[in-house]
Amino acid sequence: MANDATRAAPRYQTPALDERSIYLRRLIVRALEGGGRGHIGSSLSLVEIMRVLYDDILRFRPTDPAWAGRDRCILSKGHGCLAQYVMLADKGFFPIDVLDGFCRYDSILGGHPEAGKIPGVEASTGALGHGLPIGMGRALAIRMKGQDARIFVITGDGEINEGSVWEAALSCSKHSLSNLVLMIDYNKIQSAGATAEILDLEPLVDKWRSFGFATAEVDGHDVEALRRLLCRVPLDRDRPTAIICHTVKGKGISFTENDADWHHKSSLKADVIAEMYAALEVG
Amino acid sequence: MRPACVNKVFDLAKRDPRVVYIGSDLSPDLTTRMKQEMPGRAFMEGVSEAHVIGMAAGLAMEGFIPFVHTIATFITRRCYEQVAVDLCLHNLSVRLIGNGGGLVYAPLGPTHLAIEDVAIMRALPNMTVVSVCDADEMVRFMDQTLNWPGPIYIRLAKGFDPIVSRKELGFEIGKAIPMRVAAGGVNRVLLVSTGVATTRALAASELLAAKGVECTVLHVHTVKPLDTAAILHYSHDVRVVVTIEEHTLVGGLGSAVTDALVDGGGRIPLIRRLGIPDAFAVKYGSQDQLMAMYGLQPPQIAESVWEALKLVSA
Repeated sequence: MANDATRAAPRYQTPALDERSIYLRRLIVRALEGGGRGHIGSSLSLVEIMRVLYDDILRFRPTDPAWAGRDRCILSKGHGCLAQYVMLADKGFFPIDVLDGFCRYDSILGGHPEAGKIPGVEASTGALGHGLPIGMGRALAIRMKGQDARIFVITGDGEINEGSVWEAALSCSKHSLSNLVLMIDYNKIQSAGATAEILDLEPLVDKWRSFGFATAEVDGHDVEALRRLLCRVPLDRDRPTAIICHTVKGKGISFTENDADWHHKSSLKADVIAEMYAALEVG
Repeated sequence: MRPACVNKVFDLAKRDPRVVYIGSDLSPDLTTRMKQEMPGRAFMEGVSEAHVIGMAAGLAMEGFIPFVHTIATFITRRCYEQVAVDLCLHNLSVRLIGNGGGLVYAPLGPTHLAIEDVAIMRALPNMTVVSVCDADEMVRFMDQTLNWPGPIYIRLAKGFDPIVSRKELGFEIGKAIPMRVAAGGVNRVLLVSTGVATTRALAASELLAAKGVECTVLHVHTVKPLDTAAILHYSHDVRVVVTIEEHTLVGGLGSAVTDALVDGGGRIPLIRRLGIPDAFAVKYGSQDQLMAMYGLQPPQIAESVWEALKLVSA
């Protein structure tokens, strides 16, 4: 049986990264430079997903992060936090220069996001498989309170190896939680290698459909396609939504793309940081 | 104790709209009653403890007070990371009701014997651990759960245990209760117990009194936060402190009391810790039979106290 890591991805015509996507990636490199470490590949695959959510979809108030009417965005793959941190900084939840303290002793920005410490972070994640159960409980609570806020949960692909994700999926479906949107960053490479080889997820769309979700697939780096799709959620009035985002691990920096070795790096030296910036020169 | 607890959840839910109930695959009666009288406030979510804890966390983040109820081993061992991260790290007002704490499920074997639940729960920052001694005390305790901050682990005994608690002694989470205070005399002993072990400790104190040994019985229903002041107060002039618990000796009440005495910095009396050794049970039978196997029945407790006193008197 073929275990081709790329077989699951439809053939997309991914547009070149625009200035904003490159700017956000440069902010990620700035935080990596500050901390000297970070989950690089896992954050870079998320950038367009987080960008479109925060630019076009989520309702929030940066000066009032606990505003009751906000949509709740739970980054369940907490190790991809740099992609969320740069969006929160960009939106004014905290000053941009806070990014420079990433992972430092007295910073609010750790290697995994913590609620209560970082304005705009809804749940402390990092241990995998927690976001969907928490999101399910919050979606149920929001409905019980008669509010119209939506819950967006973003998981990784390796993350959904966790059984708790599938337990929660049954429950989301049982309660017809149409106010919950799950987005899977399907970059097809987990920490130790290809998802197809470590624990094959295919047929992934069929799995979510059979668990009672309305499903869609999208090019997770195509800003317009993401925007068009997310403007339509929930995809079904009576079912939760699962969106499989086909992405590229390490997207945007040529030498980090599709390489499990760039999942996480520590002791990042100045020359590597410089190469990253160089790879992200606009034009 | 179990009916008192689940009935109290029903009453609290009637009183406070924040209260919701989540079962995994247990107590269908309560779920049915709540669904009839308070639709949308009770959930039976199946055998999925890891998910259920996260779900409860999500509800609590939105202002609800979820009471989660399933078998004690499953709500502690199975979903320990969820309890640690989702509940304790976020410091959420979720109440975990662990059915069959200790040796209740004796006939069902080690998979169902919650012998280290108190130890692993009390190791978690922000967690409160409560093990009341009977149904009446459960009612007094449950009334206080609505306004207590952070998560609580509630260790449930079998039910229909004899009532030994007394209303006039009151109840406050975190405050140990002196159930019996020793009269004067040189051979004074402090017995410190939790849960239904307190019933055995009280009975042992009667046996010892008949032999001229006066015991104070300090009932530590809240193992965390520990009432260190009460332990230091009642132990300061006794010759022997004996802790009694239906729990492994690794990390439970006996460990907590020993820590308190060491950290207290004062004179440390002879300490004897009675509980379950660091081993899985190899017998079945009944809770009482296993309690006897581990030396936790009143005559055995009295004998252990007697032997300890002989050591300090020698």
